Amino acid sequence: MRYISITPEEKKRMLEVIGVDQVEALFDTIPESVRLTQPLEIPEAASETEVLDYFRSLGEKNFSTDRWDSFLGAGAYNHFIPTLIDSVISRAEFYTCYTPYQPELSQGTLQAIFEFQTLICQLTAMEVANASLYDGASALAEAVLMALRLTKRPKILVPQSLHPNYRKVVGTYLANLDVQLADIPVVETGGMDLDHLKQSLNDDCAAVVVQSPNFFGVIEDIREITRLSQETGSLSIVVVSEALSLGLLKPPGELGADMVVGEGQSLGIPLGFGGPNLGFFATQDRYKRQMPGRLAGQTVDSQGRRGFVLTLATREQHIRREKATSNICTNQGLCALICAVFLSALGKQGLRELAEQNLKKAFYLRKLLGSSLEFSGKTFNEMVVRCDADPVEIQRRLLDDGIVGGLPLGRYFPDRADQMLVCVTEQNRLEKIERLAEILTGVEGAS
Amino acid sequence: MKRTFKSFQLEEPLIFEKSSPGKSAYSLPPLDVEDTPVGEILDPEHLRDEISGFPEVSEVELISHYTRMSTWNYHVDLGMYPLGSCTMKYNPKLNERVSRIPGIGLTHPLQEDEQCQGNLEILFQLQEYLKQLTGMDDVSLQPAGGAQGELAGILMVRAYHVERERPRRFVLIPDSAHGTNPASAIMAGYEALPIPSDAQGRIDVQALAEKMTEDVACLMLTNPNTMGIFETYIEEISRIVHAKGGLIYMDGANFNALMGYARPGDMDIDVLHLNLHKTFSTPHGGGGPGSGPVACKKILSPYLPLPTVRREGETYRLDDDPPGSIGRLHAFYGNFGMVVRALCYILTCGRDGLKELSEVAVLNANYIRRGLEDHYDLPYSTPTLHEVVFTDSRQNKTGVTTLDIAKRLIDHGFHPPTTYFPLNVRGALMIEPTESYSKEELDAFIEALIAISQEAAENPEKVTAAPADAKLTRLDEVRAARHPVLRWLPDDKSS
Repeated sequence: MRYISITPEEKKRMLEVIGVDQVEALFDTIPESVRLTQPLEIPEAASETEVLDYFRSLGEKNFSTDRWDSFLGAGAYNHFIPTLIDSVISRAEFYTCYTPYQPELSQGTLQAIFEFQTLICQLTAMEVANASLYDGASALAEAVLMALRLTKRPKILVPQSLHPNYRKVVGTYLANLDVQLADIPVVETGGMDLDHLKQSLNDDCAAVVVQSPNFFGVIEDIREITRLSQETGSLSIVVVSEALSLGLLKPPGELGADMVVGEGQSLGIPLGFGGPNLGFFATQDRYKRQMPGRLAGQTVDSQGRRGFVLTLATREQHIRREKATSNICTNQGLCALICAVFLSALGKQGLRELAEQNLKKAFYLRKLLGSSLEFSGKTFNEMVVRCDADPVEIQRRLLDDGIVGGLPLGRYFPDRADQMLVCVTEQNRLEKIERLAEILTGVEGAS
Repeated sequence: MKRTFKSFQLEEPLIFEKSSPGKSAYSLPPLDVEDTPVGEILDPEHLRDEISGFPEVSEVELISHYTRMSTWNYHVDLGMYPLGSCTMKYNPKLNERVSRIPGIGLTHPLQEDEQCQGNLEILFQLQEYLKQLTGMDDVSLQPAGGAQGELAGILMVRAYHVERERPRRFVLIPDSAHGTNPASAIMAGYEALPIPSDAQGRIDVQALAEKMTEDVACLMLTNPNTMGIFETYIEEISRIVHAKGGLIYMDGANFNALMGYARPGDMDIDVLHLNLHKTFSTPHGGGGPGSGPVACKKILSPYLPLPTVRREGETYRLDDDPPGSIGRLHAFYGNFGMVVRALCYILTCGRDGLKELSEVAVLNANYIRRGLEDHYDLPYSTPTLHEVVFTDSRQNKTGVTTLDIAKRLIDHGFHPPTTYFPLNVRGALMIEPTESYSKEELDAFIEALIAISQEAAENPEKVTAAPADAKLTRLDEVRAARHPVLRWLPDDKSS
């Protein structure tokens, strides 16, 4: 067993020191009646080669983006990842350490988190950001819980243009609290129905949730939605599932948002079958003591040198237990590091250029699709297409061209069974974009 | 050879302070579609201005930035990292390689089932092996961390009671439990009721019997508990709780003590979570990502979080339908990358290897206990499994505290144990060595703590002033909390 460093002779000597004859004696406090008597149905140890072969063979069964051109987005995006990222996060100093409880031995992690918090603040134009949460969906659920704590009001307004899985996660977190989730429909632009929002807003509302770009890819009028919600004293929670859009679009903080949460996967994290992802969470300074999760802060050591520590821990479960702002113990540390390295590598200019490439390539597809587009609103890199044939069938046909198509919307919206949500990123090449458009618009069948 | 800290550490500013205009560390291919100006695609009010203060560095500067910072961290590959109840074991390199196989790691979560059969098989296999190891009937790999696994479990308990009659009001939680336990119970809409420990450090069964009413939804226990003590009267506990219609939730944080020896499923546990980042060797990553699968008995299966994976003949399917489920906890399938690593670990260790891991973890902890019990106060004489809790009461005589002992360990070349936890032990030093490290490493750790005990008696200032050899001396945490500086700002705005 190569992960154990104690030899049988050493075991014997250690048992002598402890004062027992055999190792089983150390388990004497486990009653016989609950001891395991038969061997587990788990295979014998496999060699490194066998294990690698097994996983490689499994990998070949997936239609992965190294071999297929994918137009799937919907909360998980296929973006360019600079090689240097894996080099940084493969340093055991970063990936094998734990939550920086002992700051004197964790300054690398703490400074990286502090940089991450700053980068998220810059990206969202907000005042404070935490050290990260599990993913965009649970970050939204935590934001909603925070809005309920801050306002003590019982209702949350949620648009139908919110990612359906985010909506479900919020539902799970709120299931046993006395809270009402009310839907706001979309209009023909694909954006939130503002008239409906106005009618729904009253002083029962704790928060209005708005995703932008929304699940259908459409850029929402965050400024107006925020203004309307704040007029009635409710908070505005902006969700961003495609974080790259923040490289180009007006940041929610400049549009008045009270909280900005979202998914950071686009910023250097591989698709990874949906996880691990990165939930980011930013808000205004006045709300910082109600935030969930870890926070790194700057301080000095006893000799006056700058250093960083985890701080404002009196919000947290390990101090406050049942009175904590959240049960979360994790910060998605390594994913936050990835995000910080990605943003630092692309920098001011690269992030803009990457975001513009997404916008322009997606716009090119929009022009090719023309009247097949379902919504008239402006988009970033995703759009909804109306199909003449069953989108699931079209998806199968696209496989012949080496293309994994977009998401058939019938999976989430039965009344949109004829529609497909398509995402174009910098990874999609011109000829595949054109081929996709041909098949989607029925101009040409499979060749 | 005395172990000391001697590392080559360079100072390094924040990335923002290192930045200068015009530098970059990326390359993108040229745009291959027609170049429509952004202003013709979006309206001016959609567009942001340049991000003020955003980094601009070269690739070389970026790499040296993070490399220098990395040298300021202690980590598992460097040496023993004995944080109690955190199971800081070795993170195998093979796990990392396997998780980066392109076919596995570069797959989109919303592909049709037929297009991701390999990854569905990975999920399914881990579900099956975790069922074997725990003796439970069903598993969901959805929860993205231990605390989310706890929340899932308590929500399932609640769903069970609601379907039968009413949710009930309380969750019983031993005073030695992790803080996440009461915090999770509250999030599920319950009130937390503490149960004291008895004189042996176990759940006070008498007190449990008194508090267990038909208003109690479940008992949340950790077994072995956070003092490393097995709840020997688990069968009686189970009878008391179940007799009143309650359920038992087990926090599986300490499962590394039990593999191949005992299974929660055979102890009448109804639901538990496991931490893949503890028992199953997935890296801690500076705080995450973790993974907290939840496992349950048949009576709770209908409520498991969605989706789970089932096998139909030779095909794997995501099961997103069950109407009784507590619902989703994650946008996709939890932390799949951790699932890959955990499965890799189980296959690599095999049936006998897994048992040996637990055996050596318990052996090592007991060896440390024996080595230190003449020098540090052991609050309970009860036998322990994978971890042991001492206190600072002997060292207190010269004014030395647990915090000082912890900081002094740094000068002796070790990461400190967990301190001041569990809360039912005053001045706790909670040590979990895991199975990973050699006898030489364990001996060096024991010697270091004995040396500190002597220093505490003879030269306490040396201990209270520690650490002397780390990159920084003790940090002012009070100042950090009183005057929070939570982000960098350009010079004129910085405080």
